Amino acid sequence: MPSDARLDVRKTYKLFIGGAFPRSESGRTYEAFDAKGNFVANVAQASRKDARDAVLAARKAYGGWSTRTPYNRGQILYRVAEMLEGRREQFVAEVQAGEGATKKQATAAVDASIDRWVWYAGWADKIAQVTGSANAVAGPYFDFSVPEPTGVVAIVAPQESALLGLVSVVAPAIVTGNTVVVVSSYERPIPAVTLSEVLATSDLPGGVVNLLTGDPAEVAPWLASHMDVNAIDLTGIGNAVLARSLEQEAAENLKRVVRPQPTPADWAVDPGIERMTTFLETKTVWHPIGI
Amino acid sequence: MTTTPASLDDVTASATSLRRFLAGLPGVDQVGAEARAATLASRSIKTTAKQYALDLAIRMVDLTTLEGQDTPGKVRALSAKAMRPDPADPSCPAVAAVCVYPDLVATAKQQVGTSGVKVASVATGFPSGRTSLDVKVADTKDAVAAGADEVDMVIDRGAFLAGDVRTVYDEIVTTKAAAGDAHLKVILETGELATYDNVRRASWLAMLAGADFIKTSTGKVQPAATLPVTLVMLEAVRDFRVATGRQVGVKPAGGIRTAKDAIRYLVTVNEVAGPDWLDPDWFRFGASSLLNDLLAQRTKMLTGRYSGPDYFTLD
Amino acid sequence: MADSVFEYAPAPERRDIVDIATSYGLFIDGKFVDGSDAKTFKTISPASEEVLAEITEAGEADVDAAVKAARRAYDRVWSKTSGRDRGKYLYRIARILAERSREFAVLESLDNGKPIRESRDVDVPLSSAWFFYYAGWADKLDYAGFGPDPKPLGVAAQVIPWNFPLMMLAWKIAPALAAGNTVVLKPAETTPLTALLFADVVQQAELPPGVVNIVTGAGPTGQALVAHPDVDKVAFTGSTEVGRAIAKAVAGGRKKLTLELGGKAANVIFDDAPIDQAVEGIVNGIFFNQGHVCCAGSRLLVQESVYDDVLASLKRRMATLRVGDPLDKNTDIGAINSAEQLARIKMLSEVGDAEGAERWSPPCELPDDGFWFPPTIFTGVSQAHRIAREEIFGPVLSILTFRTPAEAVEKANNTPYGLSAGVWTEKGSRILWMADQLRAGVVWANTFNRFDPASPFGGYKESGYGREGGRHGLEAYLAV
Repeated sequence: MPSDARLDVRKTYKLFIGGAFPRSESGRTYEAFDAKGNFVANVAQASRKDARDAVLAARKAYGGWSTRTPYNRGQILYRVAEMLEGRREQFVAEVQAGEGATKKQATAAVDASIDRWVWYAGWADKIAQVTGSANAVAGPYFDFSVPEPTGVVAIVAPQESALLGLVSVVAPAIVTGNTVVVVSSYERPIPAVTLSEVLATSDLPGGVVNLLTGDPAEVAPWLASHMDVNAIDLTGIGNAVLARSLEQEAAENLKRVVRPQPTPADWAVDPGIERMTTFLETKTVWHPIGI
Repeated sequence: MTTTPASLDDVTASATSLRRFLAGLPGVDQVGAEARAATLASRSIKTTAKQYALDLAIRMVDLTTLEGQDTPGKVRALSAKAMRPDPADPSCPAVAAVCVYPDLVATAKQQVGTSGVKVASVATGFPSGRTSLDVKVADTKDAVAAGADEVDMVIDRGAFLAGDVRTVYDEIVTTKAAAGDAHLKVILETGELATYDNVRRASWLAMLAGADFIKTSTGKVQPAATLPVTLVMLEAVRDFRVATGRQVGVKPAGGIRTAKDAIRYLVTVNEVAGPDWLDPDWFRFGASSLLNDLLAQRTKMLTGRYSGPDYFTLD
Repeated sequence: MADSVFEYAPAPERRDIVDIATSYGLFIDGKFVDGSDAKTFKTISPASEEVLAEITEAGEADVDAAVKAARRAYDRVWSKTSGRDRGKYLYRIARILAERSREFAVLESLDNGKPIRESRDVDVPLSSAWFFYYAGWADKLDYAGFGPDPKPLGVAAQVIPWNFPLMMLAWKIAPALAAGNTVVLKPAETTPLTALLFADVVQQAELPPGVVNIVTGAGPTGQALVAHPDVDKVAFTGSTEVGRAIAKAVAGGRKKLTLELGGKAANVIFDDAPIDQAVEGIVNGIFFNQGHVCCAGSRLLVQESVYDDVLASLKRRMATLRVGDPLDKNTDIGAINSAEQLARIKMLSEVGDAEGAERWSPPCELPDDGFWFPPTIFTGVSQAHRIAREEIFGPVLSILTFRTPAEAVEKANNTPYGLSAGVWTEKGSRILWMADQLRAGVVWANTFNRFDPASPFGGYKESGYGREGGRHGLEAYLAV
């Protein structure tokens, strides 16, 4: 190595909880490798206590996030896209390395991720008009149905698609007012940590998104059984037996469950509105009409 | 139900009539009241208007210390500051009053002497008011005997929320009698009353019972004073004067920290109740840290420079 | 008694934040060009009558050039631009408007006469929000409830009024572009400046040339634009009189039309209204923007049993209204937009006097220069009075009474207009019953003059047809 080559300052990869970047309370890390098998970094390995703390942070943030105006949430999600755009090159490099993609593929994935945030940003103040209704009941009542966020959503992010898949499961949950605890891809965690940095600089209130790097097989059961989690997205669980057991755990407090897809998802296609509506409740209100 | 009933004697005749009267007051739309407060808060008060407002605000401060850890030393220091808020500038006016617990009234009184700064004392089991009427009366009499010019009492919020308005009314009447010549401020604890409708009702209740001032908060419960709550109380004193001819003062307390906030309150007083209330006899700020920010802004207006905490005394 | 009076010192917003050119051309095909026949007119500040700039009057040839540019842009570029990318352009515009908001607010107050507090806190933020909202629809048209893959109409001709110049521009351009159309927009002749500054935003956003074209001028320019054979869609906001003429002009042809016209809204106060907030609502309803609002609450219908109290409260509240320099941050009521409008307001007020209604204004000092009218109420008004039927479009409130809810509804609906209405009562059922009965496109309950890009706005009857805002607002610009 030439003696005057500059030594780089290497990042410490930590968890993202409550808007801050703590190490795992367990003190553990695991080794993350790129697609070629080269060591990249020691990444924090989240424990059940980290998961517990993340749920607390998400619950604390829920009251404020869900009561912001949809316009405000939309603006914040758009700001995330602005910040992502600024880090485009960094993400391309990380996706390339982590997924073993070509530069062209990685660029397409990153661009799609940015555009996906923009797409979801625009839904914040429109989902109610598309899924809500005034209902023509047979009586002198004004009867209307509105969507409301379900609460704290636990998400196991896709294992393969380190950025686009991650964005595609997180954005739809939070745009409508939910707060989330996300377990990132075990083998490809690097873009997730960089995404946390983006979120931390996007005016997103702390606790709305909490990101845990670590082993889903270890962490997900604690989220699935947590009685203060309202919904769980099992997309990133590859093992069918584990997925079934998690769904059974989740049934204890009747969480809304998103099962893993049988075939790998094509994250590039139009997502539709299902990932938003899954984490929305419908509230129907009646009021008499009279003088 | 109109806001100007023909005769108010009938209203206080019985618990039922009192409750009905209060329930019949016009409601307050939360969003509308808060929007009006926000518009008033957007007034831009500059130059001469700002100087006027800052000096007036200083003169309206009830400089307050209400802590378990208060000592005679603390109260003496506070009283000295009350008389001479800015030792570097003798043109700075004194505040309206110091506000302390009953057992420290004598100390405060000794310090302020005949300077014109009043001594206000909390009483009636401040801040919770959860004690017997006898104890509340004794508390009041102690304060007055020690020399308090003003008594800040708390209403029984438990009774109010349980619908027992008669008890709340009677306690105010009794406390007013025990206060003798001292002016009575009635603390509604608006944070616990929770709705603006309740704030309006409690305001009228206190005024009907003889309050000289209605006060928002003890400062020990969040939220304490807010601009919309004060706006509703200013509407109440305005309407009460129209109905009865008697003027009652308003004191927001707790949570007013900056000169900018204080000026917003003065704008609200000006445009809601009217200029008659722009006087320390009719409007006070219950505050502690506010005074230094008023002094800092006053200094900036006089010198053109932003100031820092080193230039103002801590007490 | 207090020993002093709280005089608010002048608090002027600085004008130097905005650069006003001495003269402006027409914005066609992405750049400013001179008019074809060198005709110009001046735009003034109605508060001082000072000339702000010289504006080009677009003739038929100019209108033709603009429509051609819009057509070219539509055929070659915009119809081929994905919804996602159309959205991105609109997001850029929204963000730039927010960044330059103070500049736009000052310019709007100078050119229009409205208080800076309103342009700063209402007009400009809503304009930015309108673009932000519709940006989000551009790539979601499949979900808008108009079937899969709805198509745009093509070239839209848009003529807007002088009362909310920038905001009306946003209400027109944002949904049109989101849906995939290109536009030629004509701002009002007394308020062209924020539209012309908007052209700068369009350039900063690098919107493809010809997607937005701005042609300035008066009635004849508007007529030429509306009549142009290559326009697919006409959208007009303005007086019912002109709207009627446009409807006749496009009759028998293929142009789709939406209109947002005048109103004479009833603001109904029941005996159980939250009185203080109701008085705010009355004041806001008629004195906001000097009453230059199509949906203004210009007829106050008070339940007879609370008439005295409401009137006393209203007069007391009106006495704190501050009339004056639009650029002063404490001004509540600014200047009347033009000499013509002032003459109309004065004329109709004199009619009110002549018909026997009683006029009252709080004492206020009006400046010598400029166009001013004090906030005014007329009591003793009945439905038969002209001031209860005709739109005055100024800070003049006609006050009538009613006895029962049914009578309130009857009187409120007894008008050819049907844009908006207000209802003040603490009783939920009655709010919903009134909303059900009122023949108005917008019903405000316990509030007034609230606008939001997500909320559809528009009129019944002679107040026009079509809606702006919300999912509904896309319909005007889609082939559905």
